[in-house]
Amino acid sequence: MPILSQTDAQALLKQVLGYSTADECEASLNGRTTGNIRYARNSVSTAGAQDTISLAVEARFGKRSGTATCNEFDEATLKRCVQRAEEIARLAPESPEYVPLLGPQTYLKPPSAAPTVLSPTARAQAAADSINLCAAKSLTAAGFLDGGTSFVAKRNNKGLDAYQQSTNTDFSVTVRTADGRGSGYAIADVTDAAKLNAKALTQRAADKAAGSLNAKAIEPGKYTVILEPAALMAGDDLSLLGGLFYGLDARSADEGRSFLAKKGGGNRKGEKLFDEKVTIYSDPMNAEVPGNAFDGDGLPTQRMSWVEKGVVKNMLYSRYWAQKNNVPATPFPSGFVMSGGTQSTAELIKGTAKGILITRLWYIREVDPQTLLYTGLTRDGTFYIENGAIKFPIKNMRFNESPIIMLNNLEAIGRPQRLAGCLVPPLKIRDFTFTSLSDAV
Amino acid sequence: MKRRDFVGLSGLAAGALFLPSLPGFGHTRVDPARLLEPGADVAQKKRLADAALNAAKSAGANYADVRIGRYLNQYVFTREKQVQNIVSTESYGVGIRVLVAGCWGFASTSVVTTDSIAATAQLAVAIAKANRLVQKEPVQLAPQAGYGEVSWKTPIQQNAFEVPIKQKVDLLLEANARALDAGASYIGTSLFQVNEQKYFASTDGSYIDQDVHRIWPTFSVTAIDKASGKFRSREALSSPMGLGYEYLTPSTSEQVPGPTGTDLVGYKLRYDLLADAALAGKQAKQKLTTKSVTPGKYDLVLDPGHLGLTIHESVGHPLELDRVLGYEANYAGTSFATLDWKAKGLPYGSKQVNIVADKLQPGSVGAVGYDDEGVKTGRWDLIKEGKLVNYEKIRDQAHIVGQKASDGCCYADSWSSVQFQRMPNVSLQPGAAKLSVDDMIKGVDKGIYIAGAGSFSIDQQRFNFQFGGQMFYAIEKGKITGPLEDVAYQSNTQEFWGACHSVCDQSDYRLFGTFFDGKGQPAQISAVSHGSATTRFNGVNVINTARKIG
Repeated sequence: MPILSQTDAQALLKQVLGYSTADECEASLNGRTTGNIRYARNSVSTAGAQDTISLAVEARFGKRSGTATCNEFDEATLKRCVQRAEEIARLAPESPEYVPLLGPQTYLKPPSAAPTVLSPTARAQAAADSINLCAAKSLTAAGFLDGGTSFVAKRNNKGLDAYQQSTNTDFSVTVRTADGRGSGYAIADVTDAAKLNAKALTQRAADKAAGSLNAKAIEPGKYTVILEPAALMAGDDLSLLGGLFYGLDARSADEGRSFLAKKGGGNRKGEKLFDEKVTIYSDPMNAEVPGNAFDGDGLPTQRMSWVEKGVVKNMLYSRYWAQKNNVPATPFPSGFVMSGGTQSTAELIKGTAKGILITRLWYIREVDPQTLLYTGLTRDGTFYIENGAIKFPIKNMRFNESPIIMLNNLEAIGRPQRLAGCLVPPLKIRDFTFTSLSDAV
Repeated sequence: MKRRDFVGLSGLAAGALFLPSLPGFGHTRVDPARLLEPGADVAQKKRLADAALNAAKSAGANYADVRIGRYLNQYVFTREKQVQNIVSTESYGVGIRVLVAGCWGFASTSVVTTDSIAATAQLAVAIAKANRLVQKEPVQLAPQAGYGEVSWKTPIQQNAFEVPIKQKVDLLLEANARALDAGASYIGTSLFQVNEQKYFASTDGSYIDQDVHRIWPTFSVTAIDKASGKFRSREALSSPMGLGYEYLTPSTSEQVPGPTGTDLVGYKLRYDLLADAALAGKQAKQKLTTKSVTPGKYDLVLDPGHLGLTIHESVGHPLELDRVLGYEANYAGTSFATLDWKAKGLPYGSKQVNIVADKLQPGSVGAVGYDDEGVKTGRWDLIKEGKLVNYEKIRDQAHIVGQKASDGCCYADSWSSVQFQRMPNVSLQPGAAKLSVDDMIKGVDKGIYIAGAGSFSIDQQRFNFQFGGQMFYAIEKGKITGPLEDVAYQSNTQEFWGACHSVCDQSDYRLFGTFFDGKGQPAQISAVSHGSATTRFNGVNVINTARKIG
């Protein structure tokens, strides 16, 4: 039930629109079926499954808008939901940011749904594989496996008709040594659950944990660093590249309150802000990280260049801000691709005389929005590199750094890997700023 | 909800991402009038609960609990002269947790009928049985006597949902006007209102009906100098509170004037939104030309609205027993304050540091009569004269530290989420001797006074942290000499609390709070408060956060 076919979803939405007396009406269905398992101390802690589906109806009278939702779809409930949206709309103030609903659109067909979805038994087996590998080496595993299928369907009385399904599975594992002095981490997300290898990822985290025992303290300061993808992007928290990418908002820049605000007014679109090796785009048709066919407004996604050879090519324009500035609206992308090279992380290490390898960054928060200064800490595998090889593990450190400065100090880019629905390459950065040591393992 | 989905749905910029709990799946948007309609009556809920408990026992559960939850939220968002959004939501359903041969199982449903509830209880039992494959440590539940039929309600004066939306919108728009008049370029104002109607029943024989209320008015003011491209913000000095709409009725007896040399006002159990918005407009503009701090060691004098967040991160979190034991290793992290560390008897802080957990603290957002596994709540010492004496625990953890009963720290953010260990209100006790903030500042030769919470970051074992703030003032030779900008301090937990020199008296005591403490996978949020009086810490490392970008 939580996943409706295109035909069933559109038939239901058509029925809903039929009850509307509003000037404009849009109905959306969202459904997903997911399951997860969580473990720690080499034992399962929680496991669950969730099926949800909901209908949202937005009714508009002139510039007044109201939204109501329901999760039962009998005729009486559907009628009540439409009526409630209309009642709320009539009572609402006129929106000064009104934009008419979209008419018919043409969408790409991203390969974002795969047939394999993990069953509860398969999830338990993946957890067992991960736990057994660690238990055999006297290591302790804590991990989380979560995945399923979701769909979105939209229809309005202006002719919009949209439907898409997607599948996703996320896995992450932290492996610690029995004495708590070593810790390692690995993470992956896949469209097709068949491609997830929890065992190999656990092995990677286990190697990092074992290798990070007896970490030495080094003096905080500016260092050349190799940031692995998990140190650059996170799906569930602020990250160096995620914060930068989602900060490409035109409105806040035009209003003068973003790192992309221009002195004297306007924004910095068209300016070279980063090293010329930096190219970032989004592409829903990318086979490795397929995206959504449309965003929350129903705007069709397409390949879009954000940063090209260090120059800001496009910024995010909401439909309202685009209309006000007479430019095309930017469909909100579900992820991004940072162009990279061909070198693996191991090859980047080989080419480094002195530096630090960073597995993961943690608890990143914005310190100053003016310069996008972030602070956070290394975690779960930090190593000193000398003469092209890892010499010894080092204690974790706090950094204070801006991704803008970081992407100007870019020495080399490695081969991109999928992370949190994006393609992220490992980066070699000079003069990355650490400000203090941490005793945390 | 994933961060990227949230950004896409909400259209909010990165700075707003500390608000992960806007209505998503499972919450139904409703007419505001619906928020005042009564839910199921107690007799009906008892019948439904018994259906769950009986089905679970018949299916083989040794223990079962059921939570019938009706969660009501209303959010009002405005910016400058306009209303951005008014959202009223309701979420209603049942979560059932069972213990089968030492293994937990959990399942939930939004279909609240006896048949559906019985089927869900059976599913929870089936999941518990399946989990036995990967269960190595059987659960040991601390015994808990049943309370019979009892109830608890947040002591509020006015249910915020009874206040007409127009009155709320008018107040927020008036606050915006005051800030703009005072020099702000932009202001966004929000009002969050929460009512959790929770019914808990367990095979221990408890039937607990609770009505929990919380409120949080807040804003962010920005001032811009277009010519230089510089911008600065000042956030509200309000706090999320376990109060009704009365929190928004200003009262001079609930205000504490800031130290001499500042215009600041501290708020206790009543808040003056209009006055704070006007002051924020003025201060945001002043920040554009304020002197940048010289980095170095300073004595810090920290206002309760700031110190609460430092208490949260450096005391509240490391003393959560699930972190201590390793259950959060893959996400939120572990803790330096392990059982072995505690056994060594090392100091957590100086003798001035007395920290208590209190699940019943009046006005706090974490106040409940009973937790989400049916344990009556109370108050206990965590740190006494600088020594760690206890942790924050739930029923299946009590035995690990040789305790016979839970502390009542179990919470789930929805009927559909499984309950687990969360932080209680954790507060620094005021000093016993009479000490005002001005008197405290008189003793400081080179220092910084900080008010309001800002940027925050701490490592996964809670050693190394960095905090910013909202307003900073230089202290020179016992006096505040003027504002500062670009201030953040770095320290580590034991060093910082060891440097605690003195704490002001009860008359300065106030609550800081958050609605959005995050933990667990899938992530859940929790509301918690932290009380303190203004406190002095000696010789803390201050950095300058100003940078230049091309």
